[in-house]
Amino acid sequence: MASRALYSPRHPMLKKRDDFEDILEERRRSSDLRYALRCYTPTLYRGLVPCKASMLKSIVLQSDHLQYVIKQVSSESGESTEGVSEEASLILDEMAHCLQLSTIRFFAFTLSKAFKRLFRSVCVNEEGIQRLQQAVQEHPVVLLPSHRSYMDFLMMSYLLYTYDLPLPVIAAGMDFMSMKFVGEMLRMSGAFFIRRSFGGDKLYWAVFSEYVKTMLRNGYAPIEFFLEGTRSRTCKSLTPKTGLLNIVMEPFFKGELFDVNLVPVSISYERILEESLYARELLGIPKPKESTSGLLKARRVLSEDYGSMYVYFGHPVSVRSLAEGKINRSQYNLLPRYIPQKPSADTHEFLSDAAFRLVRIQEENMVLKPWVLIATLLLQNPDGLDLSSLAEQTDWLRHLALAFGAFLDWPDHEACSEVVSCSLALHRHLLSVSAGHVQLSVTDVPQVETTPEEAVFHQAVVVLSCASYRNQILHVFLRPALLAMAMQSANSNRKDDVYNGFNFLRKVFSNEFILCPGDSVQDFEEACYLLMKRGVLQVLEHEIVMSASGHSTLAFLSSVLDPFLQGYQVVCRYLCEETNENLTEKEFIPAVRSFALKLILAGRLKCYEALSSDLQKNALAAFLRLKAVRKVKVGDQVTLKVNKVAVNSLEDILGGKIPTQKPILARL
Amino acid sequence: MNTRASLRRSAKPRRPDPTRAARHRCRRGEVNGVTFRTFIVTLSVGHEHLLSYRPCNIKTGAVYLSRQEIMKWNGWGYSDSRFLFNKKGQAEFTGKRYRLSGLILPSLKDWFEGTFGANLQHKSPATPTVNLSAVAPPNLNEPFIEDLKAAGVAASHDPEDRVFRAHGHCLHEIFALREGRIGRVPDMVVWPSCHSDVEKIVELACKHNVCLIPYGGGTSVSSALECPHEETRSIVSLDTSQMNRILWIDEKNLTAHVEAGIIGQDLERQLNEHGYCTGHEPDSMEFSSLGGWVATRASGMKKNIYGNIEDLVVHIKMVTPRGVIEKSCLGPRMSTGPDIHHFILGSEGTLGVVTEVTMKIRPIPEYQKYGSVVFPNFQQGVACLREVARQRCAPASIRLMDNEQFQFGHALKPQVSSIFMSFLDGLKKFYITKFKGFDPHHLCVATLLFEGDRGKVLQHEKQVYDIAAKFGGLAAGEDNGQRGYMLTFVIAYLRDLGMDYYVIGESFETSVPWDRVLDLCRNVKERIVRECKERGVQFPPLSTCRVTQTYDAGACVYFYFAFNYRGLSDPVHVYEQVEHAAREEILANGGSLSHHHGVGKLRKEWMKESVSGVGLGMLKSVKEYVDPQNIFGNRNLL
Repeated sequence: MASRALYSPRHPMLKKRDDFEDILEERRRSSDLRYALRCYTPTLYRGLVPCKASMLKSIVLQSDHLQYVIKQVSSESGESTEGVSEEASLILDEMAHCLQLSTIRFFAFTLSKAFKRLFRSVCVNEEGIQRLQQAVQEHPVVLLPSHRSYMDFLMMSYLLYTYDLPLPVIAAGMDFMSMKFVGEMLRMSGAFFIRRSFGGDKLYWAVFSEYVKTMLRNGYAPIEFFLEGTRSRTCKSLTPKTGLLNIVMEPFFKGELFDVNLVPVSISYERILEESLYARELLGIPKPKESTSGLLKARRVLSEDYGSMYVYFGHPVSVRSLAEGKINRSQYNLLPRYIPQKPSADTHEFLSDAAFRLVRIQEENMVLKPWVLIATLLLQNPDGLDLSSLAEQTDWLRHLALAFGAFLDWPDHEACSEVVSCSLALHRHLLSVSAGHVQLSVTDVPQVETTPEEAVFHQAVVVLSCASYRNQILHVFLRPALLAMAMQSANSNRKDDVYNGFNFLRKVFSNEFILCPGDSVQDFEEACYLLMKRGVLQVLEHEIVMSASGHSTLAFLSSVLDPFLQGYQVVCRYLCEETNENLTEKEFIPAVRSFALKLILAGRLKCYEALSSDLQKNALAAFLRLKAVRKVKVGDQVTLKVNKVAVNSLEDILGGKIPTQKPILARL
Repeated sequence: MNTRASLRRSAKPRRPDPTRAARHRCRRGEVNGVTFRTFIVTLSVGHEHLLSYRPCNIKTGAVYLSRQEIMKWNGWGYSDSRFLFNKKGQAEFTGKRYRLSGLILPSLKDWFEGTFGANLQHKSPATPTVNLSAVAPPNLNEPFIEDLKAAGVAASHDPEDRVFRAHGHCLHEIFALREGRIGRVPDMVVWPSCHSDVEKIVELACKHNVCLIPYGGGTSVSSALECPHEETRSIVSLDTSQMNRILWIDEKNLTAHVEAGIIGQDLERQLNEHGYCTGHEPDSMEFSSLGGWVATRASGMKKNIYGNIEDLVVHIKMVTPRGVIEKSCLGPRMSTGPDIHHFILGSEGTLGVVTEVTMKIRPIPEYQKYGSVVFPNFQQGVACLREVARQRCAPASIRLMDNEQFQFGHALKPQVSSIFMSFLDGLKKFYITKFKGFDPHHLCVATLLFEGDRGKVLQHEKQVYDIAAKFGGLAAGEDNGQRGYMLTFVIAYLRDLGMDYYVIGESFETSVPWDRVLDLCRNVKERIVRECKERGVQFPPLSTCRVTQTYDAGACVYFYFAFNYRGLSDPVHVYEQVEHAAREEILANGGSLSHHHGVGKLRKEWMKESVSGVGLGMLKSVKEYVDPQNIFGNRNLL
């Protein structure tokens, strides 16, 4: 706790955020066609090296870096250099975008139509756009949007076109490529495609990284990619990946660029298009393969109301200032720069730290709607609430969230009950409202007879859909909630004990939530500060004492995380009880799912979120990290070896310490 | 003696100086058993070398002057040569020494005001005379002085003598002097006249534990001459200026044996009288000394033909507290363990005093020709220089100036005498910018100097221009080339002009592999601009560079950096912070700590990083062995 003195608590209430403008307003007033055909003159990077998409390819293929790797691969594999070059060229063909303004214009037209039908408004912070305009001129820009929906990157390109900013090139997963026509359309609108896994493939990596770097160095276009790697099915931010981040930072590390501007973009939806799709996917109902016909079927979604959408362009983050004092650039002095170099341990730590910080910026700038608060409350009350008490509690929660710095979009001058009923209306498919009583429930129950298993799954879809809204606000409550849980489990008021508990929970949940590694003291201080400011706690020199009025807040906070705690305990229990010595990694998720299902059917578990494969995966990753489980490779199968003693003790710490509040689990 | 009077800064009556007489008494002597005619030339007034812009033939011969009498005490170079804005607001360069002397430079004012946002109404004049009362009384070591007198070595503790030798030409040093601030200065100055004098001085210094700081030409830009604040002993500045003779010339082996205090231009001129030259021409050669070159690993403009100082020396004699270090023969190369010369070269006065050097000499080249090439942009220019280096066909000198420096050079064009000339200039400009489509804000120029016999020079010239053409380069005439070289030596005078109008600046250099040249230039220039902005500099700075030397594996890059400091409370501090940041940027981009300026005290903090802990330890252990008492206590380098 040595660094405590260095930490100055943030003042969430003072956090200044920009205002929003609705871009659809203009679209509803004027011709979309004229808009799609208007004169487009983007602001350009001052160091731009003019270059066509077709020229990019030859620049990449002739680059020293790629030539070096081609020779290396050729000498290792015995294949001729021509053969390897040919292979590189094919990889590049498969990967490369061919950004065309005409395609963008086509999208500008069609998307205008679509957006107007889907959304009530698309709100953008125009100050952010202005900052971006500035940033684009100064240094190459990397756009880092959050990823919750397919809409994200269409929307990004659409917005940049709207605001006369250079169109981005977007790193997209290969799965889109299988959608014949759409894949090509996306390619022409600036998407380039990366295989999902190419771990050991040197040549692929070289082509890919050189391609991205070339575009960055020449200032060809802003590079856009998703730090989280994929769409988050839970609406929680995912642990960021550092591979691409390293690629876009390397030109700075190696002095090829003076600086690179990273622009975190937070895209939030009042209602997510893929909402129930995600829930089904999490429950193991397989994701339909990306296909054009599938997309056409999805036309049905066009008829629904998805509320508003918010895009917040954060402040550009200069890689140079991020790296100041953390990266010693002269480490690159002794090797010709075209020779690929694995990032050093320091660099790795820096990348991971930077990635976490950027994701936290994304989180902080996500707009939260009142429904998020309501969803949180409804999940905590599976038996439902009366409308009046829901309104009252929502109002209470709203103030708590604001005090913790939530970016809440609460309508001005409207009664709380009004706001609540509006939100309920938009999300009516997840609710049943009768006689002033609101409850989460299955609304479109099929008429046919359902098995008890199916019934559980139907309910789980609703719960997980609802959870995806609660998850949006978790980052606001996370640290205080971890503290609240730690206080409950610690049997003393001693600060050290509470901190230990906090730290333990932080470790367990670090795959689940965005918790920057190494920030535990800072997080603890932040949690203390927030709760103290709220009058919940008194933090003395060696003790943390709950104030008289603090109980309800603490109870609320710890029950926010309760589903996760229960879920992890279920996974523990499963691992202890599982007798299969050769449990493979692949079998793990279905096995845990059916284990949890059994518990639910038996009435011994009420937490539907334990069925979520995301939670199960995160739990496994945590246990692997904590060395309670290890992977053993047998043939081409990876099996999981469980250290039952360790898992047992984990479960004891997770559950045993909260005996009074966990009657269900106590019986487990 | 008329000259003397006219050149004196102040007409104050000079009191009789006994040490001065002593200094001149001991000028005749025997070295290595041979008697030499003593040249009592401390510094010549008239001179003729490649840098002078107008061939001057004024040779007034031997002048009995100590250097501070003809040189500025708080600025660069000769007292009579300076830039000023005359009553009409036109810039002119005074004096008669240079080709630019006495000429009007009509475009300098606009360039100056435009580049820096400076204004001729806003002056920041220097203190006119040195305030001798501000000089702390000397901390004299009486027994040392007694013994020194007995040994017959000239010495002085005159405050003016001491102040003059307390500084080099770093910005902070000159800035302080202009403001009349004087820090720690040497407590006395000694003038050995030969090797054995130095031996005596060093021996006595060891005996009485005084600190010696060797002083050659005083052109250091690394704070190397600054007296360390923590030094409590008496500090003695050892001025080598009286050891300035060529002791012998060996035409069979093409070597000359020279006393290390000789100033570059004197060495060159005297060798020229015999039909030879060393070819070593650092930009400071008007004022810097042979010993200084050795002690800092100097580099000359024409190193492509003649080599840098380490290639030029055959034998070095240095007096250290342990005794004299030298090799036993004049063999051109040896395999006798690590070359002991390399402990001396770059030792920056921390180990001893270089007293005599045997140097390679060459016959004076038959023919010399300047040239220049205009490139559409800096990238093309660098690519061309790289190709020239690859083909190992670099002329005696090849330098590439960036666009800002090209414009700077243009601002120094003297008034054209005829309408025809100005018409011709306009035509050239039209051809390059309109016909060839060069963007005047991107084009840059390489200046060239060819040397050798006529036929070969012309052939060589064609080869280089052919390469240049491949990179879009257009030959731009001899005149532009010559003006380019002039810029490098008047720049130091220009800094003094800037300082009269709230503009401060300096140059620094590095060496870097070829593939990083462009990145380093861009990043360092941008870093300078950004740091200035962040530190509250009101106007964008001048941040410009040139590639001044080519090597097989890389190049030497030279930066100029200057800004208008109006509105800053501590401009020197800001300047130092920016320079520090620029150096960090250089190191981060794969540049070296220094190519030829040396480390001194200014860049000491990066030594370990630059040469590794073990490397630094090796150097320290040499210092420990050679000078355990830290007699040579200037605290440079280590």
